[in-house]
Amino acid sequence: MRPTASTSPMDVNLLEQIVELMALHDLNTVDVRDGERRVILKRGAVSMSATAAPVAAAPIAHHQAQSSPSAEKSVALVDDEAGYHKIMSPMVGTFYAAPKPGEKPFVLVGGRVGPDTDVCIIEAMKTFNNIKAECSGTIARMLVQDGQPVEFGTVLFTVKP
Amino acid sequence: MFSRVLIANRGEIALRVIRACRELGIQTVVVYSTADADAAYLKLADQAICIGSAAPKDSYLKMDRIIAAAEVADVQAIHPGYGFLSENSHFAEICRDCKIEFIGPSPEAMASVGDKVQCKRMARKARVPTVPGSEGEVDEEKDALKIAREIGYPVIVKAAAGGGGRGMRVAHNDVSLLGGLRQAQAEAENAFKNSAVYIEKFVELGRHVEVQIIADRHGNAVHLWERDCSMQRRHQKLVEESPSPLLKPKTREALCHSAVRLIKAANYTNAGTVEFLVDRDQNFYLLEVNARIQVEHPVTEAVTGIDLIKAQIRVAAGEKLPFSQADIKQLGHAIECRINAEDPARNFAPSPGVIEQLRLPGGPGVRLDTHVYQGYRIPPNYDSMVGKLIVHAATRADAIATMRRALSEFYVAPIKTTIPLLLQILDNPNFQSGEVDTGFIERVMLSK
Repeated sequence: MRPTASTSPMDVNLLEQIVELMALHDLNTVDVRDGERRVILKRGAVSMSATAAPVAAAPIAHHQAQSSPSAEKSVALVDDEAGYHKIMSPMVGTFYAAPKPGEKPFVLVGGRVGPDTDVCIIEAMKTFNNIKAECSGTIARMLVQDGQPVEFGTVLFTVKP
Repeated sequence: MFSRVLIANRGEIALRVIRACRELGIQTVVVYSTADADAAYLKLADQAICIGSAAPKDSYLKMDRIIAAAEVADVQAIHPGYGFLSENSHFAEICRDCKIEFIGPSPEAMASVGDKVQCKRMARKARVPTVPGSEGEVDEEKDALKIAREIGYPVIVKAAAGGGGRGMRVAHNDVSLLGGLRQAQAEAENAFKNSAVYIEKFVELGRHVEVQIIADRHGNAVHLWERDCSMQRRHQKLVEESPSPLLKPKTREALCHSAVRLIKAANYTNAGTVEFLVDRDQNFYLLEVNARIQVEHPVTEAVTGIDLIKAQIRVAAGEKLPFSQADIKQLGHAIECRINAEDPARNFAPSPGVIEQLRLPGGPGVRLDTHVYQGYRIPPNYDSMVGKLIVHAATRADAIATMRRALSEFYVAPIKTTIPLLLQILDNPNFQSGEVDTGFIERVMLSK
């Protein structure tokens, strides 16, 4: 997917060059500022889910053309989330947002969390594991859906400190 | 037949299994660690699931995460590859309990052939020659001395739960035996959490000759002839070939038939390898059984024309073997060289890093099994093998010539590989005449 000039905060060609340079030099994060505009490019873990997280601007497709859903790497523009904590899955399993079906979710966007706050359940092999925030702040985004399979390293929530 | 299989391994063997599944129309799910996240072979699978961080104990050895991935991806079977969990009978049991087919032997067969002392007992019952030695574990010094005097020095003390050449000590007399006994026990406790050792006659100047076998769940068991793996360094194979040079036809027949007898006695199913030591008089003795597909399986695939990974999958899916013993021929000669990212000039120090330049061999009779490509970063966390180069030709001399040509076409930079040593091996007159043994490389080539 290529963003058009009007939706991209920056020159698309420049960003594509940066993406290629990142892959070439094995860089994980590049923070580019141009006056008031700022773009942070991250090469992240492979996501199992084909549904990309909502982002501020259209994601730039990685220059490798092959796309099988789980092997595709998306470079998401995350303008506002520099310095945010990421709550990542420590295991492989199924994500559940609430303690039981029909109950209120553990946390909502905007909710406060502390290190020991349960933020979700990940179920694997019929065992249910409460996942702790392990950080403090407010939930900025939930990046996965209830019932979605997750893998080791999948980003579940971002937390504004 | 399965519709989806999970591959619980990495690198070239993961790619090998993906290839077999793709040809069988089976969907593939491959697990990976964060160290392998950028590997291109992941894209050839239908799905890739990250199961942990780089260290094997945090990823490829995490049984719970692998099973969780299998459930989440809804697979019917798991192929364990080689190494990692491939010979872990506990893992095979968990798969069975979770109603996931483990592509390999049953947990019981795996455990019985994996216990070297028990395996020897089964071998004796099945009239498979074993190296003269202790009937079981040896712990007391007086028992060790008694056995050594009975079978005659030199002897070797070996760990019962061992493998990979560890927990072994050769002794030429009583004094070195007693010291070696304690050292081997300590090393075995450290490496395998089991200090049990046994004593065998040490066959000097022996050849390592192994037999590929496969059995289905309908009572059919066959051998696919032998591979000679005498070219080793520190018990790691560098070059493998089939047929074994200088092995007489009668010895070959007897060796291969005894392998099948042992496998049947152990109720073993799926693929495996029975390893033997052959002495200068063509006597052969059982070494051990490897209850998994092996690195060097392409050598057998070349001379028999049989795809062993597909055969494994078919057996696990409950099918009968699609060939009988009479169908399996050994045609021509095949040689495999393992290409490791190690620097022979610096005592084989590992050479991880980015492969900046890569030019691969090709042409008639050349097969290359590798997951690497230009730009690939070799992670430092796993074994150093970057590929297997296999050649198949009409005669052994032709195969050596083709291998020499293929190795000389193979260019890797800046990481160092064992290609220069492999070329030296091919040029060595003893290798060319077939007059080698398992100590040859270290004794003759590396000590210069």
